[in-house]
Amino acid sequence: MSIAVAHGHDATLIGLDAEHPGPASKRIVAGYGFWIFILSDMVMFSCFFAAYAVLLGETNGGPSGAELFNLKNVAVETACLLLSSFACGMASIAAEVRNHLWFQIAMAVTCVLGLAFLTIEFREFADLVARGAGPSRSAFLSAFFTLVGCHGLHVSGGILWLLTMMAQVFAKGFRADILRRFLCFALFWHALDIIWVAVFSVVYLLGSAV
Amino acid sequence: MLGKLTWSAIPFDQPIPLVTGAVVLVVILAVLVWIVLAGHLPYLWREWITSVDHKRIGVMYTLLACVMLLRGFSDAIMMRAQQALAFHSNGFLPPEHYNQIFSAHGTIMIFFVAMPFVIGLMNLVVPLQLGVRDVAFPTLNSVGFWLTATGALLVNISLVVGEFARTGWLPYPPLSELTYSPGVGVDYYLWSLEISGVGTLVAGINLVTTVLKIRTRGMSYMRMPIFCWTTLASNLLIIAAFPILTATLAMLILDRYLGFHFFTNTGGGNVMMFMNLIWAWGHPEVYILVLPAFGIFSEVISTFSGKPLFGYRSMVLATMAICVISFMVWLHHFFTMGAGPNVNAIFGIASMIIAVPTGVKIYNWLFTMFAGRIRFTTPMMWSIGFMVTFIIGGLTGVLVAVPPADFLLHNSLFLVAHFHNVIIGGVLFGAFAGYTYWFPKAFGFRLHEGWGIASFWFWLIGFYVAFFPLYAVGFLGMTRRMQHYDVAEWKPWLDLASVGAGLVLAGIICQIMQLVVSIRRREELRDVTGDPWDGRSLEWATASPPPVFNFAFMPHVTSEDPYWAMKRRAQVEGDAKEPDYQPIEMPRNSPTGFVCAFFASVTGFALIWHIWWMAIVALIGAYATFVVFAWRDHDEYEIPAEEVARLDRANREARRELVTAAGSV
Repeated sequence: MSIAVAHGHDATLIGLDAEHPGPASKRIVAGYGFWIFILSDMVMFSCFFAAYAVLLGETNGGPSGAELFNLKNVAVETACLLLSSFACGMASIAAEVRNHLWFQIAMAVTCVLGLAFLTIEFREFADLVARGAGPSRSAFLSAFFTLVGCHGLHVSGGILWLLTMMAQVFAKGFRADILRRFLCFALFWHALDIIWVAVFSVVYLLGSAV
Repeated sequence: MLGKLTWSAIPFDQPIPLVTGAVVLVVILAVLVWIVLAGHLPYLWREWITSVDHKRIGVMYTLLACVMLLRGFSDAIMMRAQQALAFHSNGFLPPEHYNQIFSAHGTIMIFFVAMPFVIGLMNLVVPLQLGVRDVAFPTLNSVGFWLTATGALLVNISLVVGEFARTGWLPYPPLSELTYSPGVGVDYYLWSLEISGVGTLVAGINLVTTVLKIRTRGMSYMRMPIFCWTTLASNLLIIAAFPILTATLAMLILDRYLGFHFFTNTGGGNVMMFMNLIWAWGHPEVYILVLPAFGIFSEVISTFSGKPLFGYRSMVLATMAICVISFMVWLHHFFTMGAGPNVNAIFGIASMIIAVPTGVKIYNWLFTMFAGRIRFTTPMMWSIGFMVTFIIGGLTGVLVAVPPADFLLHNSLFLVAHFHNVIIGGVLFGAFAGYTYWFPKAFGFRLHEGWGIASFWFWLIGFYVAFFPLYAVGFLGMTRRMQHYDVAEWKPWLDLASVGAGLVLAGIICQIMQLVVSIRRREELRDVTGDPWDGRSLEWATASPPPVFNFAFMPHVTSEDPYWAMKRRAQVEGDAKEPDYQPIEMPRNSPTGFVCAFFASVTGFALIWHIWWMAIVALIGAYATFVVFAWRDHDEYEIPAEEVARLDRANREARRELVTAAGSV
C-alpha cells in the first residue's frame, strides 16, 4: 500500500498509521448503523428511566412499588427473556454454519420464550389494572407502565421481526443480505435483554425495596 | 366511524385560513393536473419520488424546506402586522388564531425549514466530499425524507381540517394537556413531530454511518472537509437528542390519549420534568442546526479566499467540543424555574463556555480570509453577513446566559430577538450560502449573481430592521406572544419591525426571481467543468450535475483539500492516461419510502382524529411495505463500463483546460 502523505503528519494524527483503506464492507456498515440505532433507542429508554426516577414517589395516595411488585413473577419473566437470548445466540451459530433445521428450531424457541415473557407481562399489567392500579392512578404508575410497556412493545416488535426472518430464511435461504438482516435482529434482541436487566434492577428490585 | 372528525372541523367561519387553504389547494391541484397532463408523472415517479440517489433526496429535502419557508414566513409577516396594528385594538387576528400562527411559525421554521434545509445539503454534498458513490443506507434515506414530508403535510392539513396547536412551538404543559387544550391542535403538533422525528433519526443514523464507515481510500478523519466533520457532529447530536424528543412527546401523547399523569397538575405529575426533557433535546437541536451551517461557511470562506482553511485542527476540535458541551446547557432555558443559585450558576457558566469554541471558529474564518484573494460572490457575502450578525447574536446570548439578567429578560421580546439573531444570522444565512454555493453542483448551472446579491442585502438589512427593535421593546418590558397591547412606547418599535419584515419579503422575492432568471438563462450560466468556483474538495472533482454513480473511479486522497492537490498534480504531471473503465453497481430505486410515508400520513391523521380502525389498517400497511421491500431479490443494477466511460470522458474533456488554469483566478 502506498502511503503518499503530503503533510507528513496527518495520517498519524489520531493513531492511524496505515492509510484509510476505503469504504467498509456491507456487513460492517449494516451492523454499525444498527448499533447506532440501538444507542439511540437506549437514549429513548433512558428518558423513560429518568421519568420513572423523578415520579417514583408520586403515588398520589395510591399503592407504591413495594405493594404491587411480585418478584417471583419477575424472576420467571427474566429467565424467559435471558434464555430466549441464549436461543437467539444458538440461531446465530446455526446461521453461521448454514444449518436450516437448527436455525428454525432455535428461532422458534426464541419466539416461544419471548411470547412467554410477553404473556407474563401482560397478565401482570392486567392484574394491576384490575386491582385499580392502572396507569392513570398516579404519576408513579404512569411512569411504570410506560417504561415497562415500552420494553414490552419492543419485544412484540421483535417477535414480528423474528417471524419475518424465519419466513425469509425459509423462502430464500442464507443469502448475504438476509444474514446481514439477521445480524441486526440478533443485536436488537440482545439489546432488549440489556434494557431488561436495567428495568429489572431499577424498577423491580429497587422498587420493591422502597 | 370517523372519530372526532365532522364537518365542523373545516373553519368555514374563519376567512383567513379558509381562503389560504383554498388557494393552496387550488395551486396544488393545478400543479398535479399539469404534471399528469404534460406526461411528467412517470418521470417524476421514476427519477425523483422513488429515487434512492442521495443527490436527488438532498434536492427534495431542500425543496421542501424552501416551500415551507414561504409558509413559515407568511405566518411571520402576519404576526408583525398584527403587532404593528394591535395597539389599543384587536388587530386583524383573533387571539385563538394568532396563537396558532406563532405556534405554527416556530414549529415550521425549526422542523420543516431549518432541519430539511441542512439535512438536504448534507445529503447532497457529504458523499461527494467523501469521494464515494452513495450514503450507507440509500433506501432508508428515502424513507427518512418522506417521513419528514409526512410531518410537513400534517402541519399543513391542520390549516384547513381542524386547527393547529395554540401552545407555542414547544407545547408546555399544563396548557398542552387535555384539560386546557381539548382540541386537536396539540395532537397535530405531536403526531407530525413524532413521525418527522423518526425521519430525522433515520437521516442521522444514515449520515453518521456514512461519515464513519464510507470514505474513499486515503480519506482519513483528519483529511475530511470541515463540512463532513460538522455533519458528523450534528448527526451525532441528532442520534443522542431526537430520541429524547420522541420520548417526551410520547409521554405527552399518553397524558392526552390515555389519561396518564406525566405532566398533569393532578395525580402527581411533574410539569417541570417536561421543560427539562424538552430542552435536553431543544438545546442540542440548536447546534444540530448551526453546526452544518458552520461547516458550510468554512467551505465557502476557504474556497473564495483561495486558501486552505486556517486552523483546520482547531476547527475540528471546536466542532466536537460544541457537540459535547451542547448537552450541558439546557437549563439556561428556564433559569426562572427556581433550581437555586448553584444549579443556575453551573448552567450559566457552561453556556458561556460553549461560546468559546464558537469564538475560535470566528477567528479561524477571519484568518482564512486574511491575505487571501477574496472573491465577493453571493455565498461569500452570506458568510460575511453571517459573521457580523452571528457575533451580535452570540453576545446577546451570553447576556441572557447570566442568570440574574435572564430573570429580567426571560420570555421577553429580547429573547425572541436573540434567537432569531442566531438562527437567521447563523442557520438561515448558512443554508442560503450553501444553496448558492452547491446549486451548480446539483443542477449544472450557477445562480444569477445580481439577484443573489440583491436578495442578500434585503435579507441582511431587513433582518436588522425587523429584529433590533425587538431587543429594544424587550428592554421596555414587552413579553413575547402578545396578541394586543396598550403601551405607547412599544408602538414605534413594532412599526419599525414590520418594515423590516417587508424588507425580508423583498429579499425572498429576489430569491424567487434569482431562481426564475437563472433557469431561463441556464445556458449562459452553465457549469461545463463541474468546478465553477475553483474549489478545493472532492465534490468539485466530478461533473455538474454528477452522474448517478458520482465518480467513475473513487478518488485516492493523499492530503487535505484533495481536489486542490489533484489540480496541482495535473498541472505538473500533465494529463493522465485514460483509465480502464469498469462497470459500476448502484442501488435500485424503490417506492418503499413513499409508500411508507403514505401509510404514516394516514396513521397520523387517524390518530389525531381518533379514527382507530384507520390507524390500525395503515400500520398493517406500513409493516406490509417493509416485508415487501425485504422480500425483493435484486437490490442493485449494473451500469456498463461503456456508459461509465462515455459520461466520464465528456467531463474529463471539459475539465482539461480548467485544471491548467486552476489557482490563477
